Amino acid sequence: MIYVVIAFLWVSICLYVITGGADFGAGIIELFSKKSYRNQTKKIMSKSIAPIWEANHMWLIIAVVILFVGFPTIYTTVSTYLHIPLVLMLIGIIARGTAFTFRNYDAVEDNWQKIYTQIFYYSSLLTPFFLGIIAAATISGSIDTEAKDFLSLYIFSWLNPFGVCVGFFTVSLCAYLASLFSLHEARFSDALPIMKKKARETAIYVVVTGVLVFVSAHYSDIPLLKWIFSKALGIIAITLATISLLFTNEAIKKGHFLLVRIYGGFQIIMILVAATYQHNPNIILFANGGHLSLFDESAAPKTIEALGWALLLGSIFILPFLFYLLMSFGNQSRKDPE
Amino acid sequence: MDDFLAARSQMAMSLGFHIIFSCVGMVMPFLMAFSHYKYLTTKDEVYKGLTKAWSKGVAILFATGAVSGTMLSFELGLLWPKFMEHAGPIFGMPFSLEGTAFFIEAIAIGFFLYGWEKFNKWFHWFCGVVVGVSGLASGILVVAANAWMNSPAGFDYIDGKYLNIDPIKAMFNEAWFPQAFHMTVAAFAATGFAVAGIHALMVLKKQNVNFHTKAFRISAGFAIIGALLAPISGDVAAKSVAERQPIKLAAMEAHFETEKGASFVIGGIPDEENEQIKYAIKVPKVLSFLAWGDFDAEVKGLKDFPKDHWPPVAVVHYAFQIMIFFGSVMMLIGFIYLIATFWKKEWLTKSWYLKMFVAAIPFGYIALEAGWTVTEVGRQPWIIYGIMKTIDAVTPMPGIQYSFYFFTLIFISLSLIIIFLLLRQLKMVAKLYDPTDPNYNPKNKK
Repeated sequence: MIYVVIAFLWVSICLYVITGGADFGAGIIELFSKKSYRNQTKKIMSKSIAPIWEANHMWLIIAVVILFVGFPTIYTTVSTYLHIPLVLMLIGIIARGTAFTFRNYDAVEDNWQKIYTQIFYYSSLLTPFFLGIIAAATISGSIDTEAKDFLSLYIFSWLNPFGVCVGFFTVSLCAYLASLFSLHEARFSDALPIMKKKARETAIYVVVTGVLVFVSAHYSDIPLLKWIFSKALGIIAITLATISLLFTNEAIKKGHFLLVRIYGGFQIIMILVAATYQHNPNIILFANGGHLSLFDESAAPKTIEALGWALLLGSIFILPFLFYLLMSFGNQSRKDPE
Repeated sequence: MDDFLAARSQMAMSLGFHIIFSCVGMVMPFLMAFSHYKYLTTKDEVYKGLTKAWSKGVAILFATGAVSGTMLSFELGLLWPKFMEHAGPIFGMPFSLEGTAFFIEAIAIGFFLYGWEKFNKWFHWFCGVVVGVSGLASGILVVAANAWMNSPAGFDYIDGKYLNIDPIKAMFNEAWFPQAFHMTVAAFAATGFAVAGIHALMVLKKQNVNFHTKAFRISAGFAIIGALLAPISGDVAAKSVAERQPIKLAAMEAHFETEKGASFVIGGIPDEENEQIKYAIKVPKVLSFLAWGDFDAEVKGLKDFPKDHWPPVAVVHYAFQIMIFFGSVMMLIGFIYLIATFWKKEWLTKSWYLKMFVAAIPFGYIALEAGWTVTEVGRQPWIIYGIMKTIDAVTPMPGIQYSFYFFTLIFISLSLIIIFLLLRQLKMVAKLYDPTDPNYNPKNKK
């Protein structure tokens, strides 16, 4: 059962990065769009994410619940030593979620919309940045539980060049995903060439920030290269991610936009495989060389058993509905090519 | 402000706001589905407009409830890591089920909001009902976790270790049913009164009278059901507290001396130093009856417990008095409503009748917050009743007061924005939602 629980944890993090990431990316893309076609971008973006956005953030809640029920020590370690970036990320999530709703559901359209829009943009940028920083902090060995002063305990546990680079990398990934996903919605609109250009630009950002991650890891003595390339699965995952980048480009040229979405999602999964597999099952690495492992820190067997069943039953309920939701609104946009 | 106090204040404030958002989220979908049902059976377009207007309210509050809920799932660990480390695996079961319920709610909202004219009309209606049912289910499940803190179960506590953990037993703890029942009923009363009052105000202002009268009738109906059931569920809850947490009951009533045939204390100023209550009205023997169903039963007083196990008596006592007061007022309004509906139909359109509902807009929420204060502050100094003290659970990180100030700011601005948005929805009723209005033109939002 512990494997079921870990699988759910991993899948929900994956889905959060993909759907939530595309969601954040939509805001980032809009923020960096030129004013002249911002409105058009906004329409396309909100059309592609509005019906499912409420579901997106549920993946994060599920991951958090799995952590605190199944792996309480890991949850409390993260929330104690990474308190500050977590709060910053939360602020991003709150501001963004509410601003998005208000943008969509406000009865009157006037200048107030501009304020929500600004909040929406900047929180879309902030949230994935801190998400990246948090993820980096768990494996970079920067959490020092034996430190005595406030700065080393609660600030330098996450604030370092490697974390910042991973933050930028996450932001670029989100923007890249969003631009890939939006191509399908944009295919009948005259904004299509612009969106295609965006997809190419963001792909470059992903590669550049990805290189930065490796460079900063090297200077911070984090053996990232060794981790990834010392195991077969790591090498395969990175290779597949790179190859599918080429396939994506091909599919964009040919106009197979649904394929583009699948390739995009696949790339993210491969990157996450590479990032998480190499030190599996150790999920947190400390400054003193110690670590927290998913197996050693799991809760009592009865709890894991119950949690596993709850997740399995839950997914039997949820998945068909979610699928139907995506299907019905997918078909909808096909029928109605504005 | 010291870190412990700041952490407690931040948690109290976050829950205090979340409780409002989530209660609206639990009840509003039922109002919406009821109006939708009326539309489907009567074909009256006004009901359709009303359904759409309410569904926007549901969407706005659901989204806010979702973010404040996400925040709470993190705050539990950010503020109380020691508590979560031990409690997480024991009381986590309802949270994992709640995840499912909440997910279904989110999906059903997606179907409902974007599904007009797209699905079979009864399927579409059913989606609205699912929103309500799953919202209610998540509320009830979350209360199970809180009930566990009041009535810990499903583990053995031996030498500071939590052994033989059984999350299912923990979920079905003794306090769950009474707390969940009372909470649900209170949510209906609070939301019903708030919504009914707002529409009554619009009727009084003579704006879209037909539309708002229909809205008022539906929401008042729900409010009254809640108001009349609240004393019953409250009685169940009180009896359960008397059995499980006698010290909490004693604090609620500022009842210092253990006595047989204890009297029910109304009002008064509790004096913890001298262990007595001043200026209170005492109704003989009623407390014994309410707690045990027997006028001569013995009710334990605070003096029977060590003083360092006392909750803040004054806070609990005042909160309890406030809850009882507003609960009774709402019950009274409930009776007036029944008389008006069945015997004195002419009252229904009288302005004093509508004004009464306008005045009652905040009553339900005041009672709800007061009741929540009773149960949470009444549990202190424990975070897990009798097992772990709240002060031992707090995070080691210093500087929590800044986090508290910051979150206060966020919550206040969030609430102001929601009020602002709902007012704007209300202003646009003529244009967007009431098809009988000459200005009706839903396409033009400017």
